[in-house]
Amino acid sequence: MLYNIFIDPFMQMGGAPDLLVQTLWEGLVSGVLYALIALGFVLIFKASGVFNFAQGIMVVFAALTLVGFHEKGVPAWIAVILTLGVMYVLALAVERVVLRPLVNQPDIILFMATFGLTYVLIGIGEFIFGGEPKQMITEQLFLPRGAIDVKMLGGRVTFQKLDIAAAVIATVMIGALAAFFQYTRIGRALRAVADSHKAALSVGISLNQIWAIVWFAAGIVALITGVMWGARSEVSFGLDIIALKALPVLILGGFTSIPGAIVGGLIIGIGEKIAEFYWGPLVGGGIENWIAYVIALGFLMVRPQGLFGDKIIERI
Amino acid sequence: MKKYLTMTALAAVTTLAATAMPAQAQDSIYVPLLTYRTGPFAGSGIHIANGMHDYLQMLNQRDGGIGGVKIAIEECETGYDTKKGVECYESTKGKNPVVYNPYSTGITLQLIPKAAVDKVPVLSMAYGLSAAADGTNFPWIFNPPATYWDGASVFIKHVAAVEGGLEKLRGKTIGLVHLDAPFGKEPIPVLEAMAKKYEFTLKLYPVPAAQMQNQGSVWLSIRRDRVDWIYNQGWGAMNPTAVKEAVKNNFPMDKLVGVWWAGGDDDARAGEAGAKGYKTLNFHNTGNTFPVMQDILKHVIDKNLSQAKREQVGENLYNRGVYNSMLIAEAIRTAQKITGKKAVNGEDVRRGFEALNITEARLKEMGMEGFANPMKITCEDHSGQNKVFVSQWDGTKYVKASDWMDPIKDVVRPLIEAEAKEYVSKDAGWPKRAVACEKAS
Repeated sequence: MLYNIFIDPFMQMGGAPDLLVQTLWEGLVSGVLYALIALGFVLIFKASGVFNFAQGIMVVFAALTLVGFHEKGVPAWIAVILTLGVMYVLALAVERVVLRPLVNQPDIILFMATFGLTYVLIGIGEFIFGGEPKQMITEQLFLPRGAIDVKMLGGRVTFQKLDIAAAVIATVMIGALAAFFQYTRIGRALRAVADSHKAALSVGISLNQIWAIVWFAAGIVALITGVMWGARSEVSFGLDIIALKALPVLILGGFTSIPGAIVGGLIIGIGEKIAEFYWGPLVGGGIENWIAYVIALGFLMVRPQGLFGDKIIERI
Repeated sequence: MKKYLTMTALAAVTTLAATAMPAQAQDSIYVPLLTYRTGPFAGSGIHIANGMHDYLQMLNQRDGGIGGVKIAIEECETGYDTKKGVECYESTKGKNPVVYNPYSTGITLQLIPKAAVDKVPVLSMAYGLSAAADGTNFPWIFNPPATYWDGASVFIKHVAAVEGGLEKLRGKTIGLVHLDAPFGKEPIPVLEAMAKKYEFTLKLYPVPAAQMQNQGSVWLSIRRDRVDWIYNQGWGAMNPTAVKEAVKNNFPMDKLVGVWWAGGDDDARAGEAGAKGYKTLNFHNTGNTFPVMQDILKHVIDKNLSQAKREQVGENLYNRGVYNSMLIAEAIRTAQKITGKKAVNGEDVRRGFEALNITEARLKEMGMEGFANPMKITCEDHSGQNKVFVSQWDGTKYVKASDWMDPIKDVVRPLIEAEAKEYVSKDAGWPKRAVACEKAS
């Protein structure tokens, strides 16, 4: 048994290095996409201290809206712009109807409100688009298809062009958002809001405006995530479960850190694939789902605030 | 005052409606359909729900119901969630239902102990607990035309036919990609038994519900294990993802065989051109040229009485729903014949199921010649272990790709009896069969 746990997986890695590279690649792609989902959560948490439970359904809603517009005969790129418009209207509506009336309420109330928002979006989504899964308009968005087979390390490693595109687009998106919030005026305002609502208000920052902006940014992230996951599988209400994969990423990276979301996503993505592939068979497989939490909790034992989370010291 | 009057009027209407229910029940036969048009499994559930509803609606429109009695069809949305399914059951059982269709193995497992108590049979058509095919121990549960264990055995038979005989299975590696849920795990015992008997290696690849659309590692493991054949016991969003991953990993599509629930047209379409050759088990044909389908188009679709689009009539899962409702209708018809009553109840329909014998002539009468195979249920065998065939995706639709095949009965039936005995032995209060066997059975 000890041999199977501590020796054999490493022997397998050495014996078939091409499969190790393939597993690492699969983990990397998943990790970048997890990071993207986690980023949606981080943005909103930083601005309002709310864990947005609705982020998953926003992914589904954005992807369905895009496909829905295209089904109505709207060209793909115009459908993208219209979908962004819908996500902007949604951000404004959330700020006006959900957040503004709940200012100064305890965080748990705001969290529960996002719970409610989830079910409202599920209902609206099913009412407008129906429950049937849809195919992502991969070709119309000029996303590449097919694969590149590379002979290496005595075997072959397959890189799906869509996965390469997903990794590149997600990386660019993460970089752009990080830069936007690091170097722009709005970004500085967001960080001020994240530090203290009252202090931000006292220097003239509009909370309402910041909230609308971050919810819209989270909507953009949701659309890109929806396009990428939808292209890898299909666009259905099942996608919102995938968004929960961001939870261990957030536990690991910290709820307030953009670099944390990125590094956390990569660690979880690669970690769960390696664990499932090499150690999964020892317990009958299917460990990918929970091993991510084990990895995250393992890190928490060393750094309770997450890898990049703020260390909060409160007087008691 | 106005508010008081409104409340009084509402109360009066509610009371009237409640007292009117029994009268309505006499004039109709109530068939609740536990369906799911929402959630991650809606992609499969919607088509089946449409097929089930439309066949019964067609009987209402064309024939005025069954034996002159209208069918009261009511759908209850479960979202493929066991808790919601049980809620649907509890909220409808007071309306004199004649049969329940849980459409989920998880919900079926919950309803099995309730059926005998509430005296309403459960039809888990080709799903649910395989061991419930033992009618001696499960007189209220019916799972025709075949169980998951029968299906898995037909898959093995098909592999053997392609490879050149059962003896050629020796040394092969056969994988089971399955939803990590009661439904997905069902075929494991019979595949393990056959792996032992025919000396092939069985590899299991569970897919948790949360990972349905994220199967990268599963298919990487399949590549590592050099699996020769895959049996896919998947449902909902898991199936199109599995087909896509198989295409992506260059797994030979004609060696990927889905259980009959993994045969949605949308499941195969997801793999685009690469999905050509994908196989699935089946027990009815596809297409809308059968007279029964033409009647559905004429009496239901053309009158806007369905939620299905015209082009979906004839797709695999739509036809599955039609087949399911045909079984319900035939059990009701048989019950009417046995009892001489028009408005039958659950106890009568249970007798109808047990005496069900759908012959070639009856299929022709129903406009289903060539659509399905004759089938029969007996008191002892509630599935009938009927024949199954393999369908193959030709790039646009499923086509029949094998002859009708019997399950490997000498392996499956003893397992069913042993498992049924074990299930019953675990429940000290499990009632002994108290109902007589129909003579027609």
